Amino acid sequence: MYVAVKGGETAIANSLDLVADKRRGSRDLAELTLEQIDQQLGLAVDRVMTEGSCYDRALAALAIKQARGDLVEAIFLLRAYRTTLPRFGDTQPLDTTQMVAERRISSTFKDVPGGQVLGPTYDYTHRLLDFSLAAAGERPEAPTAPVDAGQALPRVGDILEREGMLEPPPAQDGDASQDITRTPLVLPADRPVRLQNLARGDEGFLLALGYSTQRGYGNNHPFVGEIRYGQVPVAFAPEELGFEIEIAEIDVTECDMVNQFAGAHNIPPQFTRGYGLAFGHAERKAMAMALVDRALRAGELSENATSPAQDEEFVLSHSDSVEASGFVQHLKLPHYVDFQSELVVVRTLRAEVEERNRQTVLDQAAE
Amino acid sequence: MPDGAYNYAYLDEQTKRMIRRAILKAVAVPGYQVPFGGREMPLPYGWGTGGIQVTAAIIGQDDTLKVIDQGADDTTNAVSIRRFFARVADVATTTRTEEATVIQTRHRVPETPLKDGQILVFQVPIPEPLRMLEPRETETRTLHALTEYGVMQVSLYESIARHGRIAKTYNYPVLVNGRYMMSPSPIPKFDNPKLDNNPALQLYGAGREKRIYAVPPYTSVKSLDFEDHPFEIETWTECCALCDSKESFLDEMIVDDAGKRMFVCSDTDYCQERQQQHRPEKT
Amino acid sequence: MTALAAGFDDSSHDSQRVFRAVLDAFSHPGRILAIPAKVEAPGALSIAATAFLLTLVDRETPLWLAPDLDSAEVRDFVRFHTGAPIAPVTAAAAFALITPARQPMLDGFAIGSDPYPDRSATLVIEVPALRGGPNRTLRGPGIDGSIIAGIAGLADSFWSEWAANRALFPCGVDVVFAAGSELLALPRSIAVQC
Repeated sequence: MYVAVKGGETAIANSLDLVADKRRGSRDLAELTLEQIDQQLGLAVDRVMTEGSCYDRALAALAIKQARGDLVEAIFLLRAYRTTLPRFGDTQPLDTTQMVAERRISSTFKDVPGGQVLGPTYDYTHRLLDFSLAAAGERPEAPTAPVDAGQALPRVGDILEREGMLEPPPAQDGDASQDITRTPLVLPADRPVRLQNLARGDEGFLLALGYSTQRGYGNNHPFVGEIRYGQVPVAFAPEELGFEIEIAEIDVTECDMVNQFAGAHNIPPQFTRGYGLAFGHAERKAMAMALVDRALRAGELSENATSPAQDEEFVLSHSDSVEASGFVQHLKLPHYVDFQSELVVVRTLRAEVEERNRQTVLDQAAE
Repeated sequence: MPDGAYNYAYLDEQTKRMIRRAILKAVAVPGYQVPFGGREMPLPYGWGTGGIQVTAAIIGQDDTLKVIDQGADDTTNAVSIRRFFARVADVATTTRTEEATVIQTRHRVPETPLKDGQILVFQVPIPEPLRMLEPRETETRTLHALTEYGVMQVSLYESIARHGRIAKTYNYPVLVNGRYMMSPSPIPKFDNPKLDNNPALQLYGAGREKRIYAVPPYTSVKSLDFEDHPFEIETWTECCALCDSKESFLDEMIVDDAGKRMFVCSDTDYCQERQQQHRPEKT
Repeated sequence: MTALAAGFDDSSHDSQRVFRAVLDAFSHPGRILAIPAKVEAPGALSIAATAFLLTLVDRETPLWLAPDLDSAEVRDFVRFHTGAPIAPVTAAAAFALITPARQPMLDGFAIGSDPYPDRSATLVIEVPALRGGPNRTLRGPGIDGSIIAGIAGLADSFWSEWAANRALFPCGVDVVFAAGSELLALPRSIAVQC
C-alpha cells in the first residue's frame, strides 16, 4: 500500500501529545515549578540565559521545564522567543568594577586590592555523591558576612596596565553596538562581533577549543588575571530623558585572562588580554571564552595562526549550538528525492562498469 | 490568532522590514546571495528556517499557501510548516499548485507549470554553490566578485574523467542571468530546466547561513555543462504506478520484504490531479 | 506645527500588502502597480512614495531627502512613523527620496561593491506620471522579452545616467518611480533602449 508518506498530520499531532506526556512524567509526582528550577537548577538557568542571550530567569526556567532539561533545546526555545521582541535601544556598557562580588579570585597575585573572595564554588568540593541529598531534610543556611555594596572593586588587570605590563583595553568604540542577532556575520569580523558570537557560543565547543590551545594548538600561555561573579547594575539612557536610569541588576561572571606575548614589530613584550563574560555564574564558559577570544587575536598580534582556535571563520561559523543542533538533526528529514537521484546515477554507473567488464571478458576470450 | 504573545506571521515588523529589504536587493541582483540578519525561528535550523523567514516576511491574509517537502504536501515537515503558518499567519492553505499564491518547497519544483504572480520559496541548507570546493566564505565571496568559477568547471570535468559523465545529481549548479553561479538548493537536476525563464518569482532562503537570493521571473537559469557533455536530466524506464505519468520525477518504494519496487510520482498534487482526470469520480 | 499625517491604519497588514506590490514591481520592471493601502501623504510626497517609506525604512536605514522634498512636515512624518535617521549626505543613505530636479540624478549614492553589491542605495523618484512620457523599451530579468515604459518628467540625460548605472552591474543603485498612488521599479539589472 502507498502509505509511506501518508498520514503526516495525524502522526505529528500524536507525536506532540506524546512528547508533552513524556515531559510531564509520572502524575504520581508533583510537577516542577519554575521557582524550583530557578532556585535549585540555577546554573542550568544561567547557561540557558547566556547562550540564549536573554536575561530572564523565569523564561529560562520555563524553557528548561518545557525541554525536559535538554539545555540546548531550552536555549533554542528562549532564542526563538527573544528574537521576536522589539528593541527600544542599547543599554550603557556594564561597568563590572561596580560589581557587588560574591566571588572574586586572581591566580596571578597572592593578594589583590579588594581581596580574594572564594564565594560559592565547586572547586574545592570532593566529587563524592552526597547521599544525604537523596533523603528529605533541610540544611541550615550558611552564614555570610555583610557585603559592602558601596566599594568599587578595581580590576587586577588595571594594576598591571598602569605598570605598562599589560596592553591597555581596546579604545571605547563609539559604535560598538553592532548586534549580531540583527545583522549577519561579515568576515573578517572585529573583536566586539567575535565576543558577541563567543558569548552566545556553545559552552562545550568553546571549552574544547580553549582546551586545545592549552595542548599546543595555538598556545597563548594564559593566566587567570581575575574571575569575578556578582551583581552589576544595568543602565539605560532613553533619548527623550537625556540621562541614565538604572533599569536592573543582573548576575554576571567575568573572566580576564592574562596571556604572555613575546612582542611584535612595534609592540614591546607585554601581557595581552583575553576576555570572557557570561550571565549568571558560569566560570567554565567565561574562561573558555577568554581563551578563545585571545586565540582569535592571533592575526591582530602578528602571531602565526595555524590552529583551529585561531581560525576566525572556523570558530565563528560553528560555535552556535542552535545552528549546529538544527543542521545535524535535519538529517532526520526525508531526503527521498535526492537519494532517488543518487540511486539513478549509481545504477547507471554500475551498469556501465559491468558492461565494460563483460566486454573485457569477451575481448579476452576472443583473443 | 491564537498565539497573542507573537506578532502576525511570528516575526516582529522590524525583522520583516529587514528581510523585505534583503529580498528586494536579491531580486535586483539575480543569483547573488544577500546576507541578512537571520533570526532564530521556532523550528530548527536545517528544517527550513530560511524559507520560513522569507515566507513569513512576504505572506499576508490574501495569500493561499502550499508547502511541499520531497514534492509531497503530506510529508511530516511540510505538514509542520503549513500548520505553523495556518496558526501564526491566519492564512488559507492548499495542496493544489495552481491555487497557491506562495509555495514553500524543500527539494522539489512542482511538476505543474507555475504562473505569473506565483512565488516559489525554496528552503536552502548551503546557499554557496562553491562551498564544498572552497569552505571559506572570504574566498568564495571573492570568487563571485571576480566571476571566477573555474574551480567548479574543474570539479565537473573531473567527474567526467572519472565516471564518463557529470555524476552530480542534485543541487546541480546553475548560472543565473549569465552572471552569478547559484545553488538551486538540493532539488534533483531533473527540476533544473524548470527554473529557466519561469514566469513565477523564485526566492531562496538559507536561515542558518543567513543568506537570501532570488531569480526574478523570465530570467535565464542555465545548468553548467560542457559542449561535449551537455546537461541532461534523470529518466526512468518505469512510469508512475498510480497515474501512469512518464514525465514526472518518480520516487522508488520498496513494497515487500522481497525488495519488490514500485515507482510513484514524487509530486503528490500532480499525481492526484492526473488520477482524477483519468478516473472520473463515481457519483 | 501642522498636524501629523496618519500612517497605515493597520501597519502589519498594510505594510505586507504594500511590500507585495513593491516586490511585484521589482520582479516585473516596467509594470505599474497600484498601492493597495490607504495613507495620507505629508508635504510634497506622493501616496506611493509615502507607502513605500512606511513599508521599508526604519531606524536601521538612513534616508536622504532631496531639498525640494525636504520639509519639517516630511521630517516629522518620517521620524514619527519610521524612526529612520535623516542621512546628512547622499553616500550615507540606504534609501533616498528625490525628484528629477536633482541633476545629475543618480550621482553620489552608494552603489555597493563587487563582493557586496547589496550595499547600495534604493532611490524613490517622484515623477509627474508613470504613463504618457516618451516610450522606452526595457529588457532584463523579470521581463518576458521587452516592455514599454512611458515615465513622464525625466530628462533624456537620465537615460544615459541609467546606462552608466547598468554598466556597473552587479553594483549600482535601484530605482522606484512614484506618481500618485502608483509605482514602477527599475532595478539595476535592466537595460533601457531609447
